[in-house]
Amino acid sequence: MSDPVGYLKVAPGSQPPLNSPGYGSTHKRHPKQAPIRIAPTLTESLAPRMLERDYPSFADMSVHEGRQAQGERIIVGGRVLDENGRPVPHCMVEIWQACSTGRYHHPLDTHDAPMDPNFKGEGRVFTDAEGNYQFVSIKPGAYPWRNHRNAWRPNHIHYSLFGQGFAQRLVTQMYFPGDPLLALDPVFNATPDVAARNRLICTLDMDIGKEEWALGYRFDFVLRGRDATPMENPQ
Amino acid sequence: MSKPSDDRSAAGRGELNRPAQLVATAAQTIGPYWALIEHPEWADLLRADGPNAGYAGGERITLTGQLTDGDGATCPDAVVELWQADPNGEYEAGFHGYGRSRCDAEGRFHFTTVKPGAVKGRGNATQAPHVTLSIFARGLMNHVSTRLYFSGEALNETDPVLAQVPEARRGTLIARPAGSGVWNLDIRLQGEGETVFLEV
Ligand SMILES: [Fe+2]
Repeated sequence: MSDPVGYLKVAPGSQPPLNSPGYGSTHKRHPKQAPIRIAPTLTESLAPRMLERDYPSFADMSVHEGRQAQGERIIVGGRVLDENGRPVPHCMVEIWQACSTGRYHHPLDTHDAPMDPNFKGEGRVFTDAEGNYQFVSIKPGAYPWRNHRNAWRPNHIHYSLFGQGFAQRLVTQMYFPGDPLLALDPVFNATPDVAARNRLICTLDMDIGKEEWALGYRFDFVLRGRDATPMENPQ
Repeated sequence: MSKPSDDRSAAGRGELNRPAQLVATAAQTIGPYWALIEHPEWADLLRADGPNAGYAGGERITLTGQLTDGDGATCPDAVVELWQADPNGEYEAGFHGYGRSRCDAEGRFHFTTVKPGAVKGRGNATQAPHVTLSIFARGLMNHVSTRLYFSGEALNETDPVLAQVPEARRGTLIARPAGSGVWNLDIRLQGEGETVFLEV
């Protein structure tokens, strides 16, 4: 029986370092020792099967108990692929975000902005057989976060994806085009490679939007891919 | 306006000798508000209405531990994910091995699950029973992963992953009994006794 195939190495600069000094909370929370790189076993090669039967989807965040949330309605859609360009089917995508005023529906959020009672801010969808996903929401507002003087997060949506291998697990944030706060945001700017960073910005897509109903944005995810070449030093 | 697919193919080419490959999306911190997607019941893998409802095999255990930062301060806004094999050492073969637990006010995570069996390793190796823990938190730009092993397991002596960990730090991966069926493994993100994190 052959060993699990490894994952492609992380492309240089494509991921934010755990020690990102501009983002103050990383200071005491980043490990100082380098991680130990291991050859993948079944543990790293397989992944939990997140089935819609057990984790029901809810793809319209713009309505709560039949009532419309305030703000600019949006449709976000795209594909989930791996680094080899293969679609990732039946991938569970968790979504969370602030409401249109920049307030999270959570007691921890004390930002003095009106909380929209009709926006809970949680969504969950699954990709189809071709890796496509789509959901309806409200464009989130910017909010202050005390990281530095007059710090505001750009408009963003949080995502959590479960791939088909443990190493494909991804938690990230999507930003909106043309947001002037992006240039000032240490979380967004922590990713050294400019192209990799800019791929976190969705694009306006009039084919995804719906006439006289919602603007559409496209955002594609890429999860780590398997390396076709054998490991040099199998453990 | 250029399409994202154009950006991607341009950015992905030429790096690491990858022919026209894409580059994985950058991670971003889970932040403090992941609680919006919290479902506390996911910490109990044996919950009555969950995917393992009625599962009768194996030994029922509780896994707990305290998450601390470089000052030794607790991390009450973090979340820990668990991924494990079933008591026969198999993944997702009749037992759904995924759980998620928030850290409580004392920075403690709690999972209710079954003890995993030994898992086939690479080549002819056998891996000691273990669960994988991934930590997500405000202040962690990406999640970090480690393994929890069980003290007293004979297979720990020959486990290929434990063997890769310097002996002085191996203890950071080995849970100790903390009562009947309860195992404890504290996780230190930084500083003295820093947990060994693993990557593939
Ligand atoms: Fe946020």
